[in-house]
Amino acid sequence: MVVFASALTFFFVNLAPGGPASVMRFDVSAEQREALIHRMGLDRPVPERYVEWLAAAVRGDLGSSLLTDEPVAQRIGERLPNTLALAGSALLLSVGAGIPIGVVQALRRGRAVDHVLSLLSAVGLAVPVFWLGIVLILVFAVSLHVLPSAGVTGVASDSLGDRLAHLVLPAVALATTILPTIVRFVRSSTIEVLDEDYIRTATSKGLSPRTVITRHALRNALIPVVSAIGALVPRLLGGTVVTEAVFGWPGMGRLALEAAQGRDYPLVTGLTVVVAAIAVAASLAVDLAYTRIDPRIRLT
Amino acid sequence: MSRLGVAALAILVAVGALALAGPFLWTIPPEATDPAHGLAGLSAAHPLGTDELGRDVLSRLLHGSRVTLLVGVAAMLAALIIGVVVGAIAGYSGGWLDAVLMRFTDAMLAVPAFFFILVVITVSGTGLATLVLVIGGLSWMPVARVVYGETLRWKTAEFVIAATSLGVPARRLLASHILPQAIPSLVVSATLGVAFAILTESALSYLGLGVQPPIPSWGNMLQRAQQYVFTAPALAIYPGLAITVVVLAFNFLGDGLRDALDPRRRR
Repeated sequence: MVVFASALTFFFVNLAPGGPASVMRFDVSAEQREALIHRMGLDRPVPERYVEWLAAAVRGDLGSSLLTDEPVAQRIGERLPNTLALAGSALLLSVGAGIPIGVVQALRRGRAVDHVLSLLSAVGLAVPVFWLGIVLILVFAVSLHVLPSAGVTGVASDSLGDRLAHLVLPAVALATTILPTIVRFVRSSTIEVLDEDYIRTATSKGLSPRTVITRHALRNALIPVVSAIGALVPRLLGGTVVTEAVFGWPGMGRLALEAAQGRDYPLVTGLTVVVAAIAVAASLAVDLAYTRIDPRIRLT
Repeated sequence: MSRLGVAALAILVAVGALALAGPFLWTIPPEATDPAHGLAGLSAAHPLGTDELGRDVLSRLLHGSRVTLLVGVAAMLAALIIGVVVGAIAGYSGGWLDAVLMRFTDAMLAVPAFFFILVVITVSGTGLATLVLVIGGLSWMPVARVVYGETLRWKTAEFVIAATSLGVPARRLLASHILPQAIPSLVVSATLGVAFAILTESALSYLGLGVQPPIPSWGNMLQRAQQYVFTAPALAIYPGLAITVVVLAFNFLGDGLRDALDPRRRR
């Protein structure tokens, strides 16, 4: 998967008209241009350069940025923790809120609560993240003055509490990109499970509704939800670009934006590969979680 | 169709009519600046106020709706074409071609699309055509899967086998016998696809990588509005509200159509 993403990006970047060679400044002479192209290896065939790039990438060398000349791996490394913190807390938030909301909807199926929450998740799917971000800033930072609107830390303070306060609004905004989908999955999957015979058996055995739901229904209902969450990780990572732009969050998404605006090819290629690697790692983690909660599909 | 679906359709028809007729009825040009009256509040001359350059917000919203809807629908059509071709070829041919195409589809689904959009824009620069192709090129996968499933399902149906034995060539077999079966699902995918395309376009325009000023789009109107969030918060409200309502309507219409066209899903 990571190799696929890297190949796709690399070949696209290098084969498309207007590729790396064309961004070079116009004020260089033809000979200087030739020399530069030769130095960067742009005169050699693309597949050969790809293999070379891939070999270096495996060793952790993603080339150097066209704009700042710093190693791409280092620039990404500086931003990675911020993005992981943001995406991780958004994921926790949407799972932590999504499961209870979905279960409540399933238990109150067809009632007013269910309808209201369904409407809310439909709205959540339709709201653009960046606009929600602006509205959150308007309400909580501009009107109420309770939360900071931008950055990772305040100017003077760098305590854990301050960092958490800065994390709240971006994490909430980012969480809405996947929360409604998780809620819908939990709801339909719980409804399906509640109709099963073993739930009726458990109820007629005299178990309390709480035990039936937590021990019997949820365990089975959450299995498809776990794989849905795995499939949502790419969307979550994509959402970091916009969220980080709105909240001035110095993560990989903003770096990608700067790279795109500055036409920094090695940086954009490196970022896409790293993000794809994170997505793959997440889906591996989901597969492992799968075997833990559902012994029926334990491998080997 | 459900009442919600009908209401959504009504809203979309109204928005479409406004996009078509609005700029003729409200004749202040969206580019006309009036720096002396920048960031003005609501007034008879400017019912929704003016932006930082004194441009009329209502006029920009109306002209922006044309751009936003046009890009949304065009990108959906691009996605539809790619998806139908990939899905139909994979489903009908089977064998290695099927395996390669569908593996490719799965892989594309797992790539964080937004980063890849940035890659494409880094290379190709910005422009309306690029924007349409990029969004279409990264959202055809669900369509391909739908068409693939339908093709697999119908290619062994008796009327298709009968047509094959009459010597109907594969291309016509797909076009006039198999693909029509997929039309209901495609209508649903297309409706939801417009919603996705509009959200993506507005996000890119907000980031400055989509529709470029001076052409107004709902997304790039928000780009400047954020700078004035402390002084003129209303500027940030209208375009976002417009995006939300239109996307919500497309989603509801899609859901409504799905329930109406596919009796098995009716509860």
